[in-house]
Parts: sequence; C-alpha cells; structure tokens
Amino acid sequence: MKSSQKRRSTTFNSRIQLTILLVTIGLILTLALSLSLGAVHLSLSELWQAFLRQGEPVNQTIFWDLRLPRVMAAVTVGAALGTSGALLQGMLRNSLATPFLLGISAGAGLVVVAMVTLGVFQAWIPLAAWMGSVLTTVIVYFLAKTGDGIAIERLILGGVAISSLFGSIQTTLLLLSEEGRIQRALNWIVGSLNGRGWSELTMAGPYIAVALLCACLLARSLNVLNLGDDLAVGLGVSLARSRIFIGGVATLLAAGAVSVAGLIGFVGLVVPHGMRLLIGGNDYRWLIPLSAAGGALVLSLADLLSRMGAVELPVGAVTSLLGSPLFVWLLYRRSY
Amino acid sequence: MPIETQKITGGYKNKTVIRQIDLTLQNGEWLSLLGANGSGKSTFLKLLSRILQPTKGLILLDGKEIHDLPPNIVAQKMAILPQQQTVPTGLTVHQLVSLGRTPHQSWWQWELDVEDRQKVEEALVQTQIDRESDRPVTQLSGGERQRAFLALALAQDPKILLLDEPTTYLDINYQLQLLELLNRLKQQRELTIITVLHDINLAARYSDRLALLDRGLLYGVGTPAEILTPEALIDVFGVKVEIIDTPVGIQICPIASCVT
Repeated sequence: MKSSQKRRSTTFNSRIQLTILLVTIGLILTLALSLSLGAVHLSLSELWQAFLRQGEPVNQTIFWDLRLPRVMAAVTVGAALGTSGALLQGMLRNSLATPFLLGISAGAGLVVVAMVTLGVFQAWIPLAAWMGSVLTTVIVYFLAKTGDGIAIERLILGGVAISSLFGSIQTTLLLLSEEGRIQRALNWIVGSLNGRGWSELTMAGPYIAVALLCACLLARSLNVLNLGDDLAVGLGVSLARSRIFIGGVATLLAAGAVSVAGLIGFVGLVVPHGMRLLIGGNDYRWLIPLSAAGGALVLSLADLLSRMGAVELPVGAVTSLLGSPLFVWLLYRRSY
Repeated sequence: MPIETQKITGGYKNKTVIRQIDLTLQNGEWLSLLGANGSGKSTFLKLLSRILQPTKGLILLDGKEIHDLPPNIVAQKMAILPQQQTVPTGLTVHQLVSLGRTPHQSWWQWELDVEDRQKVEEALVQTQIDRESDRPVTQLSGGERQRAFLALALAQDPKILLLDEPTTYLDINYQLQLLELLNRLKQQRELTIITVLHDINLAARYSDRLALLDRGLLYGVGTPAEILTPEALIDVFGVKVEIIDTPVGIQICPIASCVT
C-alpha cells in the first residue's frame, strides 16, 4: 500500500510542479519583456537602475509611471478573470461558463455606454462599471432564486436573458450617439490596458487581492459541489450558502477586472481549461491559484503582443483573436 | 436510536409525496424501503438526508432535530449514496474518496491529515477498490464506480448510511457482491443502513426490517416474514404472489397482475 501511496503522490505532484514551474518562468519572462520593450527600449541594467530610481529621469518615468502600472494592471486583471472563470465553471458545473455569464458584461457595458454617450460623470466610469456589474448579478441571482436555494439552470438562463436585454439597450444607445463617443465607448467595450495607471490599481487592487484569497479558500467546496447537489449536501455542504459565496467572489473579481480594463473576453474561459489540461485534473485546490497565475501570464502576454505592432491594438481584441483558436484546440486535446 | 421520524410530511414544490410517516431505527439495523413506483421511497430518503425540507414533522438524529444541527455534524454521522451520481471528470478514485473527509476538516485545511489518510485507506480497502486508486473515476465500470462512491461515503466514517437504489444498472452478480459487501460493512462498522430497493427478494434476504410505502403513506413495517404477505403485496404492488420458503429466507414469486 505504501508503494502505491508513493507512486500516487509522485504522479500527482510532478505534473502540478511542472505546471507551476512553467507558469512562473513564463510570467517572469513576459513581465521582463513587457517592462523592457516599447517605443523606448530599456535594457536589463536600465530597468534595474530605474527600479532603484537612479539613472536617466526619462527611464524612471517610463518605468514607474507608464510600464509598471500597466504591467501590474495586466497581472491583476488577468488573475481576477482567470480565477473568476474557474470559480464559475466549478460552481455551475458548466465548462462554457465565463466570468461574464451572470450578466456582468451586460451590466457594466450598459452603464458605461450610457455614461459615454450621454457624456456624464466621465471620471466615475470605473466605479460605475463595477456597480453595474454587481447590480446586474444581484438581479440575475434573484431571478435564479427558488424556495430554498439557487437553481443553476435559472442562474444561467437569467444571465442570458438579462445580457440580451441590456445588450439591445446598449446597441440602441450606441446607434443614437455621436460618432466620437461611439469610438470611446467601443474602446472600453473591447477592453484595453492603454493608459491604465496607479489610480485604477489602488482602487480595485486591494479588494481583488482579498477576493483571490477567498477564492483559494473556496476551492474545497468547489471540489465537493463537482460531485452533484445530492452528494454535496450529504457531505455537509450548504448549497445555497456555497453558491452565494462562490458566485459573489467570482462577481467581485470580474467586476474589479472590468472596472480597470473594460470587457476583456476569453481569458476567463480559456485559462481554467488550459490549466486543467496542464495539471491533468480538476482539483480546484490547485486549479484556482494556477488559474490566477495563468490568467496573469496570458493577459500580460496579450498586452505585450498588442503593443508590438505599428498601431496598438486593444488587448481585448488580442485575447479574442488568440483565445478562439486556442479554445478550439484545447477542446480537442482535453482528456480531463 | 440513531434516527427517528415523527409524522414527517414533505415532497416537492406544490406536491406532497410523503405523509405523516413515523419510523424509528435501531443501532446496527438494515431497513429497506419498498413500494411501487411513485410511492415516495426516494423522496423519503431525500427528506432524511436533508436534500428536501419536510413541510411538517420532525427528523431526529441521536435525539436532536436534524435541521437544527450544523450540516457538517450531520455529515459526520450520516452519509448518503444517491441513485444517480454525477461522475466527476479529472478526479482519481483516491481523490474522490478523499472528499469523504470534508465534514471532518476545518475550512482552511488544505491536505488530508494522518487520521484522514487512515480513514480513506480503510474505506478503499474495505470496498476492495484500493487497486484502482490511481485510475480516473470516469474510466471505472458500473460496479467499480458504485464501490468507489461507497468508499467515499465510508470515508465520512458515518454511523448511518442511506443508499438510494444502489443496485440499479448493475448485473445480478454485481448486485449480490454489493449487497454482501454492505452486509459485511454493517457487521464490521456497526452501521445502520437504510436502502431503497426495487428487488423485493434481495431486500428480504439482506434487510433486518422492511418498510412498505403506499402512495406516500407507511403501509407497514416489520421483518420480511411479517410484512411480505400476499395481501400486503396485492395492496401495495397490485400483484398476486406466491411466497416460498428457501434456505436464504422467503422468496416472492409473482403470479399475476391484479391491475386491469
């Protein structure tokens, strides 16, 4: 029995260890390149000097005021989206679940488009987007409420219905608005990290960090919920309470990401699937932290690629462009 | 008395299935619920396991109302094996069975402790699924899967085990193997077992007592010889039967349906 225990733990841990190693190396390389590459190229020694607030003042400004906040925003938003996707896929037992399934994108999108097209309270857009996301999810939760719990099918269908309704209002507002404003609203809807700085990060960063910690603590509940409602109850899990906690944390993460960078698609869908493929399993104790790290890596890489061309693309366009074929490939490779 | 119901009534939204059932189980007893389709056997089991909330009546676990106890305390004493299990993707048998320790773990506990590991290994060995520990649950046969889920329930280290039609989808050989295994576990662990079974003969052979349900009401409860009378089987199932004494207990031989 002891040899079987040893074999089991070795097989289990080696794939996870390899994945942790790969993601860590990938993340370090991507962050180094993101800080170094741009209109002005900074070498490693220049980066180090700028980090110590020494050397050329212009390099220090580029490092501290332009690139570092943008890279940090990519890491934070990517981690939030990856984790949010993993939480919702686990809670809804639906591999197509994304952070935007519960109406988050529709709620945030409608509020932002309304503010941009009407030209009001422009400085409050990130906070308003956050509130739009959270309020819409609360409405979807109420639609899904049954006598003594939350019905998963109603939660998904409620999210689809609200998204459709808000989406049509959003489109109508866009069609009726002035051209310059359409461009601005579209930039936000596609999702971009251009110009994101410390102010957005200090607003959303701390509570995203707390939500990430809560997500890790919810991993064991997700493993049990994966066994189906009846067994989960038999194992002492309160279905309603778990769903409210998990859905709430997933919503706060996605809403935080939306408030910083707008609606960035595919990270929340693709990253958890990629991590499942890499670790060869569905153990949420590892999947949650690895989806956070993987999301940070994927969004940082997408942001780096979006800045490489002659014209900077919105990062949301890059994630969708890369995410769709990658997702199809993952579906055909999946063995978990 | 590990579990007792006092006039419980309940069912689904706008539909009462179970009415006023009083039932008391003794320690280490195996009780099987029998009845026609739709008589409320599975609903009764769901009420006992808190999957459904009764609209009236009490369910007492070790003398305390079950809905007043924290869910993890109930799960430490009582495990359930539902009729249809969601087969989780990406989990090995060992990982699945380890989840049985959930009610005993604190919310921040990341890994199994020494006691958890011991209970998981015990459950794997007792259900003879330890050789398949490293295999994904999705690759198991029907019989192996049922044993893996039984190991999950045993890892909870319960005193009461509720099983909803555990022999469904199994061939006759696997049915006998599973019921023999349950019988051994009952002796070894002094388990109180409640099963829903469709096969009257298997229920009569393995159970200490049978409870006959008829359209949501308790028709009667007693030993197989007491409860399985030709009259009771006509009333509950609408079937004329012949009752034969065999070395393994009474056997029911259906003769004709009384329903025209």
